Amino acid sequence: MRATLLLTLAWRNLWRHTRRTVLIVIAVALGVWSMVILAALARGSMEQQIRNEILNLTGHVQIHAPGYRDDPVIDHRMVPPSPALRAALDDPAVTAWATRVRVPAVVASERESAGVALVGIDPEGERGLSFIPGAVVEGRYLAPDDGAGLLIGRKLAERLETGLGRRVVIMSQDVDNAIADRGFRVVGVFDTDAPGAETAFVFVTRAAAQAMLKLGEQVSELAVMTTDRRRLDALTARLKAAAPGLDVASWAEAQPLLVVTASITEVVLYIWFAIVFLAMSFGLVNTLLMAVFERTREIGLIQALGMQPRQVLVQVLLESLLLLAVGLAIGNALAWGHLAWIRDGIDLSAFAEGMEMVGVSAVLIPQVEARDVLGANLLVLVLGSIASLYPAWRAARYVPVEALTRV
Amino acid sequence: MITLRLAWRNLWRHTRRTWLTVSAIAFVAALLVFLIAIQLGAYDMMIDTSLRVFPGHLQVQRAGYQDKPQMRASVPAVAAVAERLRTGTGAAAVAARAFGFALVASQDRSYGVQAVGVEPAREPGVSTIPGRVGEGRYLAADDAQEVVVGALLARNLRIGVGDELVLLGSGRDGSMAATVLPVVGIFTTGAPDIDRHMVQMPLATFQDVFAMGDHGHVIVVNARELDALGGLLAEVRALLPAGGELVALPWEEVLTGLKQLMQADMVQNWFMYLSLIVIVTFSILNTFLMAVLERTREFGVMLALGLRPLRIGAVVMLESLLLTLLGLAIGIAVGGGVVVYYYFAGFTFQAMEEIYAQFGLPGVIVPELSFVTLTLGPAVILAFTLLASLYPALRIRRLQPVDAMRAV
Repeated sequence: MRATLLLTLAWRNLWRHTRRTVLIVIAVALGVWSMVILAALARGSMEQQIRNEILNLTGHVQIHAPGYRDDPVIDHRMVPPSPALRAALDDPAVTAWATRVRVPAVVASERESAGVALVGIDPEGERGLSFIPGAVVEGRYLAPDDGAGLLIGRKLAERLETGLGRRVVIMSQDVDNAIADRGFRVVGVFDTDAPGAETAFVFVTRAAAQAMLKLGEQVSELAVMTTDRRRLDALTARLKAAAPGLDVASWAEAQPLLVVTASITEVVLYIWFAIVFLAMSFGLVNTLLMAVFERTREIGLIQALGMQPRQVLVQVLLESLLLLAVGLAIGNALAWGHLAWIRDGIDLSAFAEGMEMVGVSAVLIPQVEARDVLGANLLVLVLGSIASLYPAWRAARYVPVEALTRV
Repeated sequence: MITLRLAWRNLWRHTRRTWLTVSAIAFVAALLVFLIAIQLGAYDMMIDTSLRVFPGHLQVQRAGYQDKPQMRASVPAVAAVAERLRTGTGAAAVAARAFGFALVASQDRSYGVQAVGVEPAREPGVSTIPGRVGEGRYLAADDAQEVVVGALLARNLRIGVGDELVLLGSGRDGSMAATVLPVVGIFTTGAPDIDRHMVQMPLATFQDVFAMGDHGHVIVVNARELDALGGLLAEVRALLPAGGELVALPWEEVLTGLKQLMQADMVQNWFMYLSLIVIVTFSILNTFLMAVLERTREFGVMLALGLRPLRIGAVVMLESLLLTLLGLAIGIAVGGGVVVYYYFAGFTFQAMEEIYAQFGLPGVIVPELSFVTLTLGPAVILAFTLLASLYPALRIRRLQPVDAMRAV
């Protein structure tokens, strides 16, 4: 008997009970829809956390003097990049890099003072590297020759009762361990999703910071942005070779917690896939069993007419595969439509502060990854077929005479 | 009664089908019981660990201090107000605090930190910091001239117990605040923010250094049980001076992010739970439907014998109900059993322990074992399946006895 005939038989059998088939197809479709949507949301949220952290002055790769990451003070400073390091940074994979001064400091307004990190940046170099060039909401961004200009976070400005055009005093320790202080004028106020950044940083130009702290040309860190944060091994190896004696770390090394969180998210996602599938499979097996039992006589008859048990088995399996395929097609279409609808993001601003704690922005943009969609579909198809083996095997096991005589 | 017997017997006409359907319901019910218990247990753990370290259950502050913690927004006669709350309410612990910003310097390093004035005798009741002093001791008397500092700060300043710490800041009146105090203890909470950025000194010393008079900024009040916070809040509010200068804020308003984080998590989890419940409902709807369709002839006979469609519908609904209840009972028993096990053993996995270890926390969730956690998930499943079973039951009303008896 030819395979196409079995296929036709299976397809027609499926639609002998339209309602029953439709119900189980809906269950399969809903299952796949929820898997794909949930994966897209979880990936989107994770992606956002990682991207926010990378933009929050982390970068894809960072270079420091040894000891700085553990104790970020002026003592752990380094010389500006050597020609060899500059050559290594002149790499097609590197999209942006810049050096910074970053030291603990005190910022004081006329009324209040607070502890912050003073960050001396190269205003042009930060473009495409960190959040700050795009985060200024009031006033303007720093210019390269802004000797006395300072950017402050909105929350910190409120707490210090300062604002655009006002003066603040920065105090920090210089290279001689003496307290250096200097007045700056607030030229811009920034607002950002990055967790804590609004109260953690104040920005001045690198030259101003270096002059104030008597650093000369020395800096605290070098941050690098690349084309792909997942392929950093080759680049970090080259940078390590070009910068002996310095601490070269990828974002994953600098933020191990984020990597652990990402892997937990992934595991939870797959566990959830399995759970949804199990909930579906009960219905699938039940429906197929019913379909087989009510056709006992019929199966007995065609077996008496010469159909092999193996062919009966294949026919029931085909029936299940077709059912799953229809369910998957509808489920994927549903998910695709749903994702197109929420493409611009889900508004989470009701939970903004809580989201900020974990580094997620107020708008969650779903992110579809091919392997999640593929994984969900394959899981349903493969495990679904395995689950259908039981009803199929029952059908194939009928003894024709007994089956024929059963009511 | 006969309806019930009929329904029960009908259920066992297809043993395998019934068991499969019961298993589906039991599986989802057990899963939801477990997940909800773990989820609520995790929230409790988050709240408990976040509040226990420093913020406390509720705080009395000057109105507006929460949003703009400024030195001038202070509570007058803070120790006296604290004492009044201590005697006048059923609070487990009450402690007054004052906050200021200071530049602290050792021989060769200086850092900006948060300086906290505390009541040394009261602080252990509202914070874990006094108990986390690893080196040296915690503050002694209310007016002792000494400080304790966070471990990371001590390391960064390169100071140890016995060394002197220079504090520079500005007082409440804008005057210069400066003093030199010996370090008597170093604490490790595991929370980097606190260990890196906090020094504590006795309240009277703080008031003296920062020209605070008898003022402070915050009175922390802890309830005996977090669940009893609502009543305590009312008691505290009744004791505060009229005029609205002072406000009592429960922890939700002090740590706004934490509450929202849990709400967002709750929304996401219920999206998952509900999609699972809908899927399993469709998955078992076939059983309900088939139970009706395959008995068309039988129903025809029953109708012909004079049974009212409503009565048959009741039998069918009852079958679905019994089926669901059986599944839920098994699910609650299994899920509850797992919850009870973890209730005593504690639920954890390695990655979680690693994450929490970074904050010096055990990372063990004790699932919440309560009527709600055991029944909330199953109740939602019951609602959905009952809704689903309406459809087959209503079909019976459309049956015509003669046609139905002829049906195959």
